[in-house]
Amino acid sequence: MSEKVLMKGNEAIAEAAILAGCRHYFGYPITPQTEIAAYMAKKMPKIGGCFLQAESEIAAINMVYGVAGAGKRVMTSSSSPGISLKSEGLSYLAGSDLPALVVNVQRGGPGLGGIQPSQSDYFQATKGGGHGDYKMIVLAPSSVQEMASLTVKGFDLADKYRMTAMILADGTTGQMMEPVNLSEVEVQHYDKPWAVTGTKMQREHNIINSLFLEPEELEKYNFARFERYKEVEENEVMVEEYLMDDAEICVVAFGIAARVSKNAINEARKKGIKVGLIRPITLWPFPKKTLLAAADKVKQFISVELNMGQMVEDIELATKCKKPVTLCNRTGGMIPSPQQVLAAIEEADKGGQA
Amino acid sequence: MVVFEKPKSLCDVPLHYCPGCTHGIIHRLVAEAIDELGIEGRTIGVAPVGCAVMAYNYFNCDMVEAAHGRAPAVATGIKRADPENIVFSYQGDGDLASIGTAETVHAATRNENITVIFVNNAIYGMTGGQMAPTTLPGQITQTSPYGRDVKHCGYPVKISEMLSQLEGPEYIERVAVNNVKNIRAAKKAIKKAFQNQVEGKGFSLIEVISSCPTNWGLSPEKALQWLEENMIPYYPLGVYKDRTAQKEAESK
Repeated sequence: MSEKVLMKGNEAIAEAAILAGCRHYFGYPITPQTEIAAYMAKKMPKIGGCFLQAESEIAAINMVYGVAGAGKRVMTSSSSPGISLKSEGLSYLAGSDLPALVVNVQRGGPGLGGIQPSQSDYFQATKGGGHGDYKMIVLAPSSVQEMASLTVKGFDLADKYRMTAMILADGTTGQMMEPVNLSEVEVQHYDKPWAVTGTKMQREHNIINSLFLEPEELEKYNFARFERYKEVEENEVMVEEYLMDDAEICVVAFGIAARVSKNAINEARKKGIKVGLIRPITLWPFPKKTLLAAADKVKQFISVELNMGQMVEDIELATKCKKPVTLCNRTGGMIPSPQQVLAAIEEADKGGQA
Repeated sequence: MVVFEKPKSLCDVPLHYCPGCTHGIIHRLVAEAIDELGIEGRTIGVAPVGCAVMAYNYFNCDMVEAAHGRAPAVATGIKRADPENIVFSYQGDGDLASIGTAETVHAATRNENITVIFVNNAIYGMTGGQMAPTTLPGQITQTSPYGRDVKHCGYPVKISEMLSQLEGPEYIERVAVNNVKNIRAAKKAIKKAFQNQVEGKGFSLIEVISSCPTNWGLSPEKALQWLEENMIPYYPLGVYKDRTAQKEAESK
């Protein structure tokens, strides 16, 4: 069966989570992701699951911590200011090596910001947000289909590596409707012998904990965790390359910015400009190898973002600053138009910003 | 014949608590209740941030360490993950009545089917004796060196009185562990708080008035005396809410 249904991005996330075996959702209302909670509120009671509206984002992420500790698939979703509140919990999840899925349908910031689409939580998602040495797997969907497939993937990766996986979407992908195929969901199952399920008087007690007062011990855990992160970097990078074979200019963009960029690239190609796209699907792990390889072929990178250029330094680091990286952006809830991106490509083609 | 032994639900390890601290007594009462109800194999405890942070090393059941104040939310998640399990949180006054007030109030108002052990000693112990939400008016602490001035920083939070005003919770009782009589009453209340959960009755919170000799700057004995003379008058002991008893009384 490969039947396609028309869904909103936010609904696709919710339905995919259910298909992935998630039966516990905790959230707090915030625009522009509320459809996820509404969908869960409708569906969960019908399938023996639990939807609970928490008293705060902080409570929601700690309820997630509880279910994750008990070894079941669990998620929460929010938008930018709400993710800031959840960041304490994200750090604790990492410190206790608990798997969970967290969705951020980003809106403009800082502060209360706005409710229009944004990508300005890139730093927060990829560099931390909470305190301490830790990483999250960050997945950036650019279509409703990917909202669904990356949600399933996120649950699998979270369980596999005992990490938080974050869907870093934006208000546009959350709100737009597209056909989506949900029929081919394959779910991985992972044993969780560490979970607190009750000893049944048959084993030693399990302890879910992130406190280690001996610095040698804490260091040992952090080293071990980063060994695991290395495996993620080795094995789990996802990236799309579009028209990169003969490209002399490389646009780098994720999420909704990548879709706008593709339109601009198609227009530029009609004008004979050799331009392609590298679209990171995992923002962490970042597709460093793909970018470094491209740096030997292209003369310039253009980072297209819905923020003040937060990804630029990751591109520069990945490419070891071999080629210039320019920024084509809007922020505060604005989206670059294909014309704006095309203009940036044409400028680069003339060597204007090299 | 063995007439007294360590509860099986307590690990056989030395506790880190200060001499004269009443946490040890309260741990034992919780463990005895778990033993007597035969629920250790399906009980999951949630430890706080505070002096009892390492309670996960002391209870023999599965344990989770929560962020400061978040234990009722974490316990909610664990309980919702498998409602057959018995879930309790063990929290101090800073954790439960200051940074975690929202989580406490909302777990109570949802009548979340969990058991909360709330240890009130009117001070932040682990960080070295700062003013707590439950510090008494005039009480000297590291951060109220001239005595708690209610005009400047307000009045103590009376959790049992507050929560008993909510429709949600099943059972709220305040007890103390300063003498044998009160310890026996505390045991009875704690066991009932677990029994309620076993029977699916909902949220039970036992506030345990306890002492902190180290940070009160008193000998263990004098601390218990101070507790009796100062804390109990401010925090009267007794049942603040018992919905089942209320219903039974109404139906008579």
